[in-house]
Amino acid sequence: MSTFLEQLPIVINSLNIGFLQTLKLFFVTLLGALPLGLLICFGSMSKIKPVKRLFQLLIWIVRGTPLMIQLLIIYYFPGLVLDNPIWGGAESGRFAASAVAFIINYACYFSEIYRGGIIAIPIGQDEAGLVLGMTKSDIFFKVKLLQMIKRILPPMSNEVLTLVKDTSLARIIALQEIIWAGQAFMKGSQGISGAIWPLFFTAIYYLICNGLLTVLFARLEKKLSYFR
Amino acid sequence: MHILEVEHISKSFEKTEVLKDICFTLEKSQVLSIIGSSGSGKTTLLRCLNFLEHADQGTIKVNGELIFDATDPSYRKEAVMRRNLRHFGLVFQSFNLFPQYTALENVMLAPKLSAAKEKDYKSHKKEILASIEEDALKYLDMMGLSDRIGNYPHQLSGGQCQRVAIARALALKPDILCFDEPTSALDPELTGEVLKVIKSLAEQKMTMIIVTHEMSFAKDVSDQVIFMNDGIVLEHGTPTEVFENPKEERTKQFLGMLNT
Ligand SMILES: Nc1ncnc2c1ncn2[C@@H]1O[C@H](COP(=O)(O)OP(=O)(O)OP(=O)(O)O)[C@@H](O)[C@H]1O
Ligand SMILES: [Mg+2]
Repeated sequence: MSTFLEQLPIVINSLNIGFLQTLKLFFVTLLGALPLGLLICFGSMSKIKPVKRLFQLLIWIVRGTPLMIQLLIIYYFPGLVLDNPIWGGAESGRFAASAVAFIINYACYFSEIYRGGIIAIPIGQDEAGLVLGMTKSDIFFKVKLLQMIKRILPPMSNEVLTLVKDTSLARIIALQEIIWAGQAFMKGSQGISGAIWPLFFTAIYYLICNGLLTVLFARLEKKLSYFR
Repeated sequence: MHILEVEHISKSFEKTEVLKDICFTLEKSQVLSIIGSSGSGKTTLLRCLNFLEHADQGTIKVNGELIFDATDPSYRKEAVMRRNLRHFGLVFQSFNLFPQYTALENVMLAPKLSAAKEKDYKSHKKEILASIEEDALKYLDMMGLSDRIGNYPHQLSGGQCQRVAIARALALKPDILCFDEPTSALDPELTGEVLKVIKSLAEQKMTMIIVTHEMSFAKDVSDQVIFMNDGIVLEHGTPTEVFENPKEERTKQFLGMLNT
């Protein structure tokens, strides 16, 4: 049995690789879900009734079922039911499937946060813009968007911190993220087995990452505190 | 020619008829005050003129040009409305400034966005922006706000906010500027400073329609006064006619001339 000091670099190296995958999933999800959420938000606020209902249904289903199930269905459905395993068995395929599931899931949550931010803006802002001859899109992008962002920062920061931790769900389809990497040392990997402490170490990664995000959101809030 | 002709405007919300066959005309450089009790339809009338609502019946002409006809849906198209809207400006009771922009930016935003949609914008961008800024500074100065151009709305008093809102409306050079109870959200001291700038606009021959509960101001500044009651124009005349010799019992009652 090797000593802790001998095991440490091996474990850290493994965790780093896992964490890279965690971060990759985190950023890809944000990149996709932030704009997609806005689209879903517009859809769910559409004046065209069937469009509105359709998006509300999507939001209800996605928010009403566990992300874990969504992951499993998105990963296995094409192969098992359609006989068309589009994702393949490689790590890259599992990542792509995870990214799709996370993006759709988080976009639905973001869309509701956006919607809350938009309906909280007084109607007078729209009316002032209209009377000044501004187009609807100008009113949204030049007048309401920043006010919306300011209002949604607190719930957004909540959701984003949750996303960091939720990425670990992807190990259900064997995505090799940080918890998967930490857990490997319990079963045995690279000559280390029965070690639970690497799992505790993973927690430190999450704490540091979410600490940084908390600071970032506080900065953003401060940056937007110049108006009310 | 009349600068504004409003003919047979009617408007209902669900089953309640809020405006009933409103007709009036306004001459260039005149000030029209609209008075009347709460719920008589004053705000709705201004909103119809500014296309925030669509009248169910009637027509609106500016300088003889038809800009709205309730029977013709083409006047409700967004682009058509936006073009015809240029004749009017509207100042709200609650200012509705854009909080994330400074006073100057509030005034410049709409002219900038509208200029950016013109064909020759790219090639003359610098000159166009410079002239928009020059204009904005001129209107803010006219409102007595030269030392406040860099302030955000939350850093301004209500009276200052309302004057920024007036400058913002003026910057689009409307033919007719409408005010919906511009001082109702202000305390008496701030009311005075806003009424003063509106009066100075009247002296500079701005055509205006002012909905107000400030009777002495209406009497002082107006060329015409309309008394609205229950969605109709009950009385229409010079300030002397309406305030001193009202024909209708209801007007007398509203003005407190009856001892009850
Ligand atoms: N969007 C709306 N939907 C339904 N009813 C409305 C709407 N807007 C106004 N009304 C009704 O129309 C009537 C006239 O309202 P309006 O706001 O034009 O009155 P006003 O003369 O401006 O009153 P005030 O002096 O209180 O501002 C009121 O009875 C009001 O309840
Ligand atoms: Mg009103």
